Amino acid sequence: MSTRPLGQPVTRRHVLGLAASIGLAGALSGCGSNGGSTPGASSGSASTYAAAPTDLQAQLTYGLWDQTQVKAVKANLAEFAKTYPGIKVAVNVTPYADYWTKLQTQASSDTMPDLLWMNGPNFQLYAANGKIAPITGAVSAGAIKPADYPAALNDLYTLDGVQYGVPKDFDTIGVWVNQAIFSQAGVALPKAGWTWDDFQTTASQISDKLKSKGIYGAAGGMDGQTTYYNTILQAGGEVINADGTASGFDNPASEQGLEFWHQLIASGGSPNMKQLTDTPADQWFVSGRLAMYWGGSWARTEIADAPVAKDVTVVPLPVGTQQATVIHGVSNVVAASSKNQQAAQTLQVFLAGKEAQQQQGDMGAVIPAFTGTQQAFASSMKGVDLSVFLDAVSYAKPFPVSKNSAAWNALETSMLPDAFDGSKPVAEVAGDLATKMNALLAKE
Amino acid sequence: MVSLPTLRAPVTRRPAALRDGVWPWVFVLPLFLGIAVFYLWPILQTAYYSLTTWGVFGGSTFTGLANYAQLAADPQLLLALGNTLLYTAIVLLGVPLAVYLASLLNLPGLRFAALYRVLFFLPYVAMPTAVAMVWRVMFNGDFGLVNYLLGLVGVDGPYWTSTPGFAMAAVAVVGLWSSLGFSMIILGAGLKNIPPELYEAAELDGASPWRQFRSVTVPLLTPSIFFVTIISVISSFQLFDLLYAILGSSNPVLPKSMSLVYFFYREGFVSNDKGYAAAIAMVIFLLIGIVTALQFRLQRRWVHGG
Repeated sequence: MSTRPLGQPVTRRHVLGLAASIGLAGALSGCGSNGGSTPGASSGSASTYAAAPTDLQAQLTYGLWDQTQVKAVKANLAEFAKTYPGIKVAVNVTPYADYWTKLQTQASSDTMPDLLWMNGPNFQLYAANGKIAPITGAVSAGAIKPADYPAALNDLYTLDGVQYGVPKDFDTIGVWVNQAIFSQAGVALPKAGWTWDDFQTTASQISDKLKSKGIYGAAGGMDGQTTYYNTILQAGGEVINADGTASGFDNPASEQGLEFWHQLIASGGSPNMKQLTDTPADQWFVSGRLAMYWGGSWARTEIADAPVAKDVTVVPLPVGTQQATVIHGVSNVVAASSKNQQAAQTLQVFLAGKEAQQQQGDMGAVIPAFTGTQQAFASSMKGVDLSVFLDAVSYAKPFPVSKNSAAWNALETSMLPDAFDGSKPVAEVAGDLATKMNALLAKE
Repeated sequence: MVSLPTLRAPVTRRPAALRDGVWPWVFVLPLFLGIAVFYLWPILQTAYYSLTTWGVFGGSTFTGLANYAQLAADPQLLLALGNTLLYTAIVLLGVPLAVYLASLLNLPGLRFAALYRVLFFLPYVAMPTAVAMVWRVMFNGDFGLVNYLLGLVGVDGPYWTSTPGFAMAAVAVVGLWSSLGFSMIILGAGLKNIPPELYEAAELDGASPWRQFRSVTVPLLTPSIFFVTIISVISSFQLFDLLYAILGSSNPVLPKSMSLVYFFYREGFVSNDKGYAAAIAMVIFLLIGIVTALQFRLQRRWVHGG
């Protein structure tokens, strides 16, 4: 049997053979993988903690997803190596898009990195299945003091009263303002303490005046973290109840938080949902076509690199019935399956400490979580005071999560646009969403 | 008469597979092992897992046909199937187009033929994600090139990637465009196998170029056309990357425009319901199998030399 050069006639058997091998098999082979281990087998092996002896020899892997932070992480590790020369740490970077798929596979076969980054939406899944180790021992030994970190972040990484992750950094939400557009429109700049009504009026005024130039006052969108999660909290509602068992979308206050964005689009203060799908809010802002952008502290990098940077200032989110923002942050967690528990925990404790956190903050990668190490961030963008994002911690609430957050996050994306663009009443969509979300939560 | 590609199985009763003894099998074995380990075994596993409910981290419970019962009642299956069929239909329009273009490229004495061939083939070898990102920018409703060009002729273009219906059409146009190169290569090879004497004879008989195309080129090309059609249908049924990359994962239109494989992906890797996803994969497998078998039956009616 020889291989068939392309110029040869195609016969039925060739077709069949190729069809079978390319098509039929390819359709399926993506799905199978090892499913041997049982969940929930391992539990709190970290009930006691003692720092590793300084001569401990161990090989650790540290899993994370952000290449831009590797420099700061390596600086931390260099400091760590001064005390623990025998503990070698390999930094394992996986791009965010693949990080969770890969981690899930590793967790199935108990081959997770010894120490790794965890985020809010995924945390409960790993904690509830016993894949990550609690920090209870380190806390009771006094090596980690939760009070040093924002309370909302400790809550985010606590399940059933047990904390598993030490907050590494955080982000909060503020309004990025393009002052040049305000002066072009002749509208007064917003000030801290402004209300929902102030915001709506400002947005529609700017849109009215500058519509002919394709410039809008503000923008909604489908990113809950920077938009409707905040307004739901500001109205006194909730996305999910405190123990993560029931949807809060049908709460009347939550509906007001959603109505906020419907109103913004209906008044012309924001581009419509189709426009925002094609061009998300951050892109409108960095290209100088948006006066006010609800964005996270992480948007600093993108905005600082854009030509609009020279006109930018930041104000706190407007106040509803209360002042609120969601806060989210990454934490360091130790894999329950790690063969080097003691070394991994020692590194976890070291990275959580004030010195390591100060170093993270000074290198400007993120806002470090340790209280008192954040000042470097406030002045990290030339000519712009970013302290709004630090002050926001005092009124911040945890990012809403449950054990399988991704499942109901997908519902939000598919259902809420109908409410925002006015094709269905907000209350009806919110009710449907809550019903479906509750059905998913019941399956967790 | 020249020999034509045969589509008939060998007539001999004795199994052709054994005629040459054991050695051919020994040589094929390494490849077969690879396929068995990486394709066949996962397929069997998937079939089994479609009868189970999966924990997120493995650990499956046997639940019989529960996943299939749920799937039969799930309106999303029909939605995804409808979208996939629409996409397939649009991409198949590329086959006649490819036949026409390939025969143009095959015209004797065409200048820059190699350049054209490269240009048509480039989209096929380019990274689908990179291609998709560029198209996404071109389809942008406010600032995209497509609507700008439409605007020049007075047409107010829609928001292509964020309007249901238009979104799938936009993706399918890109799918058609990027599959054209591959089809043309296969068809071009087929064209080279058509003996020039036939054209000479046709010309002597006074056939116009169009008549030659219809009466000589197309009939003798049917085996290649058949192959291209089969491959196009199968790859269209597996639509995922283009859709995902052009529309974007947070696009509200995506749930309404999803393909079968995206449906599988979402259940398995977003909602973490892997048993259910395995059942979807089995349905896709069966559908592709049925459609392909059907095409093989129908080819007797139109494929030349059968």
